[in-house]
Amino acid sequence: MNIREMVEVLNGKILVQNHDPDEELPRGGAADLMSDVLAFGSEGMVLLTGLTNPQVVRTAEMAGINVIVFVRDKTPPPETLELARDSCISLIRTGYTMYEACGRLYQAGLPGRGPVRIENNSW
Amino acid sequence: MKTIHGDMSTQEITKVQELIYTTRVESVMASNVIAIDPSFTMSQVKDLMRDKHISGAPVVKEKQVIGIVTISDVIRSMEEGKLNFLVTDLMTSDVRTVSKDAMVTDVVNNLGRQGFSRLPVVDQDGTLVGIVTTGTLIRSLLMQMDKSFQKNEAEKLYTYRASHIFQDISSDDTSLLLRYFVNERDFDNAGKASSLIKRSLQRLMLLPQIVRRVGVAVYEAEMNLVIHTDIGGEITVEVRKDRVNISTVDHGPGIADLKQVLQPGFSTAPEWIRDMGFGAGMGLANIRRVSDVMKLTSSPGQGTRLEIVFNFRNDSLATTRSPQKA
Repeated sequence: MNIREMVEVLNGKILVQNHDPDEELPRGGAADLMSDVLAFGSEGMVLLTGLTNPQVVRTAEMAGINVIVFVRDKTPPPETLELARDSCISLIRTGYTMYEACGRLYQAGLPGRGPVRIENNSW
Repeated sequence: MKTIHGDMSTQEITKVQELIYTTRVESVMASNVIAIDPSFTMSQVKDLMRDKHISGAPVVKEKQVIGIVTISDVIRSMEEGKLNFLVTDLMTSDVRTVSKDAMVTDVVNNLGRQGFSRLPVVDQDGTLVGIVTTGTLIRSLLMQMDKSFQKNEAEKLYTYRASHIFQDISSDDTSLLLRYFVNERDFDNAGKASSLIKRSLQRLMLLPQIVRRVGVAVYEAEMNLVIHTDIGGEITVEVRKDRVNISTVDHGPGIADLKQVLQPGFSTAPEWIRDMGFGAGMGLANIRRVSDVMKLTSSPGQGTRLEIVFNFRNDSLATTRSPQKA
């Protein structure tokens, strides 16, 4: 699935575009806990979240995440948009809830990262 | 010398396309837009266009664009003897506008294929905030191309210089020391040091997987300084040929029970920190998981010191690879 297709599936709106709409997304993940993103996020993953503060962008940057989707039509504050522009992160907004946004993407073929063992040191 | 019809390389075309896709309308518009009041007559419009050297302008009522009037409307009014008519009688009222947050692609499609020569730019409330014409578009795209070219060249140079430090500097054991100061409770800048560290390690051409692990650890550590200290702290990153040593030092309240804070899920963070997605008690667990060695020393009133080590083989630094073969 590429970014363009994902935006269609989510009926979303691109708030900050820093990537080619044809860029492929390897997998998706969802979290409202930034430590979870750091622990389970993987390079290139699209992150769905209900948080909109600038730290979400920072966290994504550190985790190698390029695209963030805000669920429930949340509009991020200007600082978040500004930081995303500076850090080369793309931001998308969707009206669906976290559950439904994830469900739609998974159903449309965007995989997750599979079972995670937290004690496993090999991620 | 290239002729005007000379080939644009594929790379150049891709760069233009990329800019068109990634640049927002807001950054290519002229914001000092001249708007026309609905009470104007065509004669007043004609004078305004002459004085301001413009060939068209939006007609605005209560900040909303209700029409657009161009020089051909003025000519028509002269031909038909309608110079004393109101602008609202002769303007085009079916106006195509574009959002300031839209991408330049939208503008290109409308200006080119639809044959419009100017597009009023509006914000979320439909308030007029600027105007784009082919002129403003080309000017700002050229400026951005120039800027991004210079930035690319500079980045290449920095990466080259930085990554050669381990070869160019002679010593028995070279290391590079980076220091960052972190303020307590400064959430606007929280993570900035980590971001700079990540970029610096990228410039030093460390392997991406190591950069990523360091990034995660140092970000968690930085957030701890922001959240839990009352006078901030310092992050030191020592880059060596075969490892990265990170230490964060603060003179904050210190930790009474070290065993307890190392337990995943234990947290003393207040509710509002948790609302921001932090303070779940996973920070130190995350750091321990991504690093090779983690050592936490602290006692109440004495501050806290966290040392993190990432070991890698010599060849993880691209700089230690053999020089390019000709």
